[in-house]
Amino acid sequence: MIRHRSIRGLLAFCWLAAVAIALAPAPASATNIERVVSPGGIEAWLVREPSLPLIAMNFAFLGGANQDPNEKPGVANMVAAMLDEGAGELNDSAFQRRLEETAFEMRFSVTRDYFYGAARMLRDKQDESLDLLRLALTKPRFDAHAIARIHGQTLAGLRRESTNPTTIATRTWWRRAFANHAYGRPSGGTLESVPTITADDIRGYAKRVLTRSTLKVSVVGDIDAASLGKALDRVFGDLPATGELTPIPERPLDAAGRRVVSQLDVPQSVVLMGGVGLSRKDSDFIPAFVVNHILGGGSFTSRLYDEVRDKRGLAYGVYSYLLPLRHSALFMVSTQASAERTAEAVELIESLVRRMAEDGPTEDELAKAKSYLKGSYALNFDTSAKIANLLLQVQLDDLGIDYIERRNGLIDAVTIADAKRAAKRLAESGLFVTVVGRPKGLESKDPGG
Amino acid sequence: MPNQLTTSTSILKAIACLAVAAGLHLGGANAAAAQASVAQAAPKSDVSYFKLANGLEVVVVPDRRAPVVTHMLWYKVGAADEPPGKSGIAHFLEHLLFKGTQKNPGGRFSQTVAAVGGQENAFTSSDYTGYYQRVSKEHLRTLMDFEADRMTGLVLTDEAVVPELKVVLEEQSQRVANNPRARLGEQIEAALFLNHPYGRPLIGWRHEIEALTREDALAFYRQHYSPNNAVLVVAGDVTADEVRALAEETYGKVKPVAQIGPRRRPQEPPHVSPRFLSLADARVQQPSMQRSYLVPSATTAKPGESESLDVLAYVLGHGNTSWLYRKLVVERDIAVGAGSWYRGTALDQTIFGIYGSPKPGTTLSQLEQAMDTAIAEFIAAGVSAQDLDRAKNRLIADSIYARDSQATMARWFGAALTTGGTIASVQGWPDRIRAVSAADVINAAKTWLDKRRSATGYLIKDASQLEDKRS
Repeated sequence: MIRHRSIRGLLAFCWLAAVAIALAPAPASATNIERVVSPGGIEAWLVREPSLPLIAMNFAFLGGANQDPNEKPGVANMVAAMLDEGAGELNDSAFQRRLEETAFEMRFSVTRDYFYGAARMLRDKQDESLDLLRLALTKPRFDAHAIARIHGQTLAGLRRESTNPTTIATRTWWRRAFANHAYGRPSGGTLESVPTITADDIRGYAKRVLTRSTLKVSVVGDIDAASLGKALDRVFGDLPATGELTPIPERPLDAAGRRVVSQLDVPQSVVLMGGVGLSRKDSDFIPAFVVNHILGGGSFTSRLYDEVRDKRGLAYGVYSYLLPLRHSALFMVSTQASAERTAEAVELIESLVRRMAEDGPTEDELAKAKSYLKGSYALNFDTSAKIANLLLQVQLDDLGIDYIERRNGLIDAVTIADAKRAAKRLAESGLFVTVVGRPKGLESKDPGG
Repeated sequence: MPNQLTTSTSILKAIACLAVAAGLHLGGANAAAAQASVAQAAPKSDVSYFKLANGLEVVVVPDRRAPVVTHMLWYKVGAADEPPGKSGIAHFLEHLLFKGTQKNPGGRFSQTVAAVGGQENAFTSSDYTGYYQRVSKEHLRTLMDFEADRMTGLVLTDEAVVPELKVVLEEQSQRVANNPRARLGEQIEAALFLNHPYGRPLIGWRHEIEALTREDALAFYRQHYSPNNAVLVVAGDVTADEVRALAEETYGKVKPVAQIGPRRRPQEPPHVSPRFLSLADARVQQPSMQRSYLVPSATTAKPGESESLDVLAYVLGHGNTSWLYRKLVVERDIAVGAGSWYRGTALDQTIFGIYGSPKPGTTLSQLEQAMDTAIAEFIAAGVSAQDLDRAKNRLIADSIYARDSQATMARWFGAALTTGGTIASVQGWPDRIRAVSAADVINAAKTWLDKRRSATGYLIKDASQLEDKRS
């Protein structure tokens, strides 16, 4: 897979994309969503798209890296890497060959809260493809030699990341912001934890997490409801009905106002800032989302882009986003700046965030943001894979099957008073900042605690 | 996918200039597949091609599923067309194109795109520079107006240029200076190309970027930005007739300003000596090696040769079933990753790359020797019918998957038409892949995986790691 060379950290990038999609307003014509329930009782949302001979299927289970054993971060990540390394009668290489023969694309990934699967298949190979998916989910082998190989690859990646400023800034941020909480553990594991992850750990995780009780599925492509119903039972029917999830306590961010500077000999510093955000269920989430778009959302017209990049050339990329995790609500800002000008960039961003919180956006900014967010709606519906991903996110966020139709109205309804009220809640108690590099004149601030 | 390590960073030949979530990523680990064609992706009857009187080429790729269009304007100019001493000017100019025109000053274009809910970005490669927006279809005309205007109407002030140069320098830090593998990639390409400007970094050498001026940018702009040096690609919910009418009204009004001659870059002399280099960086915790071979591109190759290299790259080094992965990672257990790639889309001779990351306990020279042995064994063993069919089917399937994305389709045609390809050459690609035989693949390996035509680079923590093991 191509590693995106985005300026966003990988996590930030993926997450932002998911949010942008989930929040996009939608033209009703683009999505005729059917709720399909299989004979065995498994539900999926389906958009039928017969014009291409393809089927995209996205699904997720509750409990991503947050279900790693406390002392063994990286288990969920290993499971995601191992599911296509042999299943049923097929060993790793036989399984991989079958994937290629059917041109079936199957990817598993992990975030803090979810275990995701994304599959793309050719309509004319759907039987073979779905069989491989069923095997991967219900009969994974987890052979010792394959585990050893994936250990080696994972460790190589961790070694590589160990001196990557973006990874260090990200890991430091989460470790400090969520000490003694599941969110504080690195999803990818550590050089110490990964070698200790055994087949039993992997099996145990799969048994607890990959169950029908938390499964959400969305499908877009050339398949009808009846066929999908059968396919759902075939693929997911043999999963355990329920699992056993470790409860994750709510944890409001309380590390704001502090700054941790880690020295690394690189010409450009990486900066990650985070404060308290709004939960997805908060009645002010949509206004906050609009405000964030004005402040630092992904367009060339945001305040951060304008002030930090366009006017001063302090950074190539600067952006902000809301990160409503299931057990904590966050607001994040990220940038990278030269050693000489990192302090200037950090101070400027802090003041821009403060100013937005104090004064909110202008009427004009609000009108433009609403226009953008409504207008960009349709862009989220131009590929099957994007639609499937969007429908999955709407299910995970429990927004309702009519959400896509309602979305435009929700954006439109945001008043300037709503926006100002929501703005005050962005990073209410300040920002917790991690910096990695050789930033001149920037030091750690109250890093204890 | 967490169980694949992407080892090669030198393969990125395109820079998505402005950072938004919708950034384009051309090139990449799957370059061989990405070059895949569109014969199935778009039935021939669907794709239209025509030329306006002022020389602008136009491609229309209908996709009716959503009321959305992707509008891309590609210029046949890239980093390899820069004058000596001005490396980075193609990319810098790409940034500066967002600074406004006389008719639409400042950020009015971007503000308009934002106001209608559009996404936009731009990218630069060695051979082309492109600008694109994605919008609801009713706004297509507006975009065409703006984009036509900035073909020749750019206005640059120092107030806009000076901060943007800093942005570009930050981008260089972010992409290259902060990244040891990217730095190694630059060194390998500089060593591989003895004479061709492909040896220069796409983003430029830092000391030359620092010295770029407003006048340099305008000179490059006037020389290359003109309708007779551009390709318009519109994909999405439109017909060719609609696009033709809109294009006539907008782009059609732009007079050709530049005299566009043939694109002749300094070519490579015969390569007679393998090159080897190492890059030591204290931050390297996982050593790796990369080798780039000078090989024909889809444009310079004899018939069938480039497609044989596509299949070779797949069979030899794509994914966990490939020869190199099986030999080095699975059987010999000395590497954590190994593979190969081929960047066929290029105007001039291009690169076939191999790469590997050793397991702890294996030195890079041991790994390199093992790779050479594995390649020799591959040539001796030949390609089995199953392996060949699997690779060909998988490559061709990508052209079906590509039909799911109008942006991907637009990119394929744009990249082909700015690197010497044609609509027909793109559409014929699956058939040409089908025609590749096992003997073609082995011949390609024998002919082109010749160390004398290569540069090999080691990424290490410190020079003492090199020892004297190099054979």
